[in-house]
Amino acid sequence: MSDHHPTGIKRWLYTTNHKDIGTMYLWFSFVMFLVGGAMAMVIRAELYQPGLQFVQPDFFNQMTTMHGLIMVFGAVMPSMVGLANWLIPMMIGAPDMALPRMNNWSFWILPFAFTLLISSLFMEGGAPNFGWTFYAPLSTTYGPPSTDFFILGVHMMGISSIMGAINVIVTVFNMRAPGMTLMKMPLFVWTWVITAFLLIMVMPVLAGTVTMMLTDRHFGTDFFNAAGGGDPVMFQHIFWFFGHPEVYIMILPAFGVVSEIIPAFSRKKLFGYSSMVYATASIALLSFIVWAHHMFATGMPVAGELFFMIATMLIAVPTGVKVFNWVATMWRGSLTFETPMLFSIAFVILFTIGGFSGVMLAMAPVDFQYHDTYFVVAHFHYVLFPGAIFGTTAAVYYWLPKWTGKMYNEKMGQLHFWLSMIFVNLTFFPMHFSGLAGMPRRIPDYNMMFSDFNMLASIGAFGLGLSQLLFLFIVIKTIRSGKKAENKQWEGAAGLEWDQMDTPAPYHTFSTPPKVS
Amino acid sequence: MGNRRKLLASLAALLSFILSGVVSASAELNMRPGVTETSQSAYDLHMMVIWVMTGVAVVVFGLMFYSFIFHRKSKHPKPATWSHSTKLEFVWTIIPFVILTALSVPAVKLLIKMEDASKPDMTIQVTGSQWKWHYKYLNEGIQFYSNLATPRSQFDEVGKEGETKGENYLLEVDNELVIPVNKKVRLLVTADDVIHSWWVPELAVKKDAIPGFINETWTKVLEVGTYRGQCTELCGKDHGFMPVVVKVVSESDYKTWVENKNRERIVAEKAAAEAAAKSWDMSKLMALGEKTYKDKCAVCHKEDGTGTPPVFPGLKDSAIALGPVREHIEIVVNGKAGTGMQAFGSQLTDAELAAVITYERNAWGNDKGDKVQPAEIQAFKAGN
Ligand code: HEC
Ligand code: HEM
Ligand SMILES: [Cu+2]
Ligand SMILES: [Cu+2]
Repeated sequence: MSDHHPTGIKRWLYTTNHKDIGTMYLWFSFVMFLVGGAMAMVIRAELYQPGLQFVQPDFFNQMTTMHGLIMVFGAVMPSMVGLANWLIPMMIGAPDMALPRMNNWSFWILPFAFTLLISSLFMEGGAPNFGWTFYAPLSTTYGPPSTDFFILGVHMMGISSIMGAINVIVTVFNMRAPGMTLMKMPLFVWTWVITAFLLIMVMPVLAGTVTMMLTDRHFGTDFFNAAGGGDPVMFQHIFWFFGHPEVYIMILPAFGVVSEIIPAFSRKKLFGYSSMVYATASIALLSFIVWAHHMFATGMPVAGELFFMIATMLIAVPTGVKVFNWVATMWRGSLTFETPMLFSIAFVILFTIGGFSGVMLAMAPVDFQYHDTYFVVAHFHYVLFPGAIFGTTAAVYYWLPKWTGKMYNEKMGQLHFWLSMIFVNLTFFPMHFSGLAGMPRRIPDYNMMFSDFNMLASIGAFGLGLSQLLFLFIVIKTIRSGKKAENKQWEGAAGLEWDQMDTPAPYHTFSTPPKVS
Repeated sequence: MGNRRKLLASLAALLSFILSGVVSASAELNMRPGVTETSQSAYDLHMMVIWVMTGVAVVVFGLMFYSFIFHRKSKHPKPATWSHSTKLEFVWTIIPFVILTALSVPAVKLLIKMEDASKPDMTIQVTGSQWKWHYKYLNEGIQFYSNLATPRSQFDEVGKEGETKGENYLLEVDNELVIPVNKKVRLLVTADDVIHSWWVPELAVKKDAIPGFINETWTKVLEVGTYRGQCTELCGKDHGFMPVVVKVVSESDYKTWVENKNRERIVAEKAAAEAAAKSWDMSKLMALGEKTYKDKCAVCHKEDGTGTPPVFPGLKDSAIALGPVREHIEIVVNGKAGTGMQAFGSQLTDAELAAVITYERNAWGNDKGDKVQPAEIQAFKAGN
């Protein structure tokens, strides 16, 4: 094995190796997850009971904004790119990613982008305080001075994401081992290719949005300023044209992950492989024509509202297909419940619950009652935490033995699972109730009628936050002193990385292409 | 294994115990049916979707749990080998499609009804601004601001003890929107600065207030009572502190209210004119100025005049407060477009304007020593 590479800090700075870069992405995303999580703890501490006990309203708004931005752009998206880096070359039998130098660059932009964003907390006037959706004119004419740093930060993250996406597409279309036809690719690779196309389509739109903000703020344009002939609602259309596909960018790779793990622990092939591929593609296509379901209260014409309502409800059809296929995969399988499987099952159940509340939100006449309340906060955390985060967590437990050559402690993994599972529900389920009872989102204080559920959610949140430290502990312990893992650690696992590769995965993947049957 | 199951069972029991305790302690679990036809239809639709979704959940999760129990390796060591079935896949594409189509029919109907604001009995313009609502009755010629009535001392507990909170904590205002029962009231919703959103759950009316645009919505309330809601679009620092309160009264009470309001207005205008006509001494100006400042300006500029720069400048030692009077009057009366500084010229009386400006020039160590008389404000406005 030719495992030559520089050591120390240089290894990580100069690396063009997909595994090193994947590792850095994953660690970076975990750090951001903790930072964003710490902000969530501030939010939940303030909302523990009525009254302002810890922070003033403006700082509270900075916390919700930064929490949202960091979780979306810093924790979830990089974690998915990290998995792509590690897994795609191994799964399609390629030696590395197609564009390794760009790969290095697309990672190393991120620490700078987020340092910039987080440093805004220490600037005069404080950090961005207009929500992760940064609606104009609150973020343009009324935004704090740090908004310009936010804009630059978003540009950098965008460039990083676009480069990552291009890399995935070029790799998958050019570097597959002989015999690895498109319809033989593991589903994770499929979901990532589709995600990459979404990224390439919408990240430039986001870049355009923030650039228009910048010129509105400093160069006298009035894109979003009604007094100058612009339109603040146009901001929302453009933002959500990016924003809705963005939520699928966060979840599709996780669909891919559980589509690998559920068959492995069911000891049975994935049910309906090709319909899974088509369902993913139709979700992605539909995601471009539903954006205004976030805007039912803005006073769109009825015809517009009807269109976006129907289109949104349609997305439930391919999503339903995926869920049914996962259930069918388990049906009459031979199931065992190791940690990755537990997280994947929780993914399917809780994501489906988030899907149910999604259908409710799609129905415009009732959405007037749900919109911008805690019901929405509950909905999107059900798809993001047990969705995207559980998906990544499952992936880490599943492939950690392959990556490190060491096996995690199964008991501890299951403890992590059960704590996460209990607390995630304790945190986010009560939010449905406070939302239905009428509590708006993004408020630092509330009437006593909302206190019970807020207290419960806060208790859950502290537990959930602490349980994630256990994950850190488990991973570090595995790397340092885990038991040796086998080449094919999981009995039911399938795919090139399990069948044709040593454990731990060698530094250079497949220097000679594997045989694909 | 047995131990683990016992542990899980007791955890589940604990959880359901906590949940049931909370649920019984609080009636605030579900959407309220509300007091308009549309809110009741929305509630019915909401319940219908919940039940449909529950049904789907029972089937899907039921199958999953059946699998967990009967297809676990210990019970079912030999996995089946099939991995697709076009027929099944077709079926579970069609079934959701049918369910969703069925759900969309009542939704479409209700939506069309909700968006039909034609033939109103009366019209009110609702304007959001940082952080209060303004109501203007287009037919009756009445208009007023509606501010949060909960005193700051009740919620600001950072580093101090808070005061006891009342029942309608954060959901009470100084002037409610008063409307008659059983009348179709059209609301024209707009904003002065950033986007706000006007929401009263019991009426099922939520409409964004967008600066530069006017949105139309309506309500027809079936029951007399007071209904409370909040701003639901993040609108800056005090977004959580701009409630909406609607008081629905009988038609005759409404008439009386309109008459009283009009009489009050005449009295107030007369008093304001009288106050403006006389010359005020320093202590009176400072007293009224302090009160006005605390009520209207301190949310942004802070009670001690330090503000939160750079977004909300401090007025202590500020160039304008210590500069020429005219510029000071100018910014307070006309505000500054594109910033939180609103035009207070029409929100305050001339005496209040004079007093608050005097106060700003002489409080917190500012020592201009000059007085601004209401007459100067009148002259400024006349020359405007
Ligand atoms: C919603 C927040 C808000 C409220 C309420 C408010 N102001 Fe202001 N005020 C501002 C902002 C923002 C500016 C800065 C405008 C600019 O960018 O020049 C400002 C500027 C000023 C200035 C000029 C300060 C300087 O040195 O530039 C004065 C004087 C002033 N306000 C007086 C008042 C008075 C008097 C009241 C109450 C009647 C009041 N403000 C209420 C937000 C507010
Ligand atoms: C311990 C875990 C978490 C807790 C306790 C938590 C809590 C919260 C709360 C209470 C809010 C609402 C704030 C408000 O409206 O006032 C919020 C907003 C949000 N959260 Fe989380 N969250 C957690 C994890 C996550 C994760 C993993 C994501 C993944 C992307 C995420 C994404 C968001 C987003 C996008 C918002 C919206 C921010 C905004 O309103 O602009 N959160 N979170
Ligand atoms: Cu969306
Ligand atoms: Cu608001």
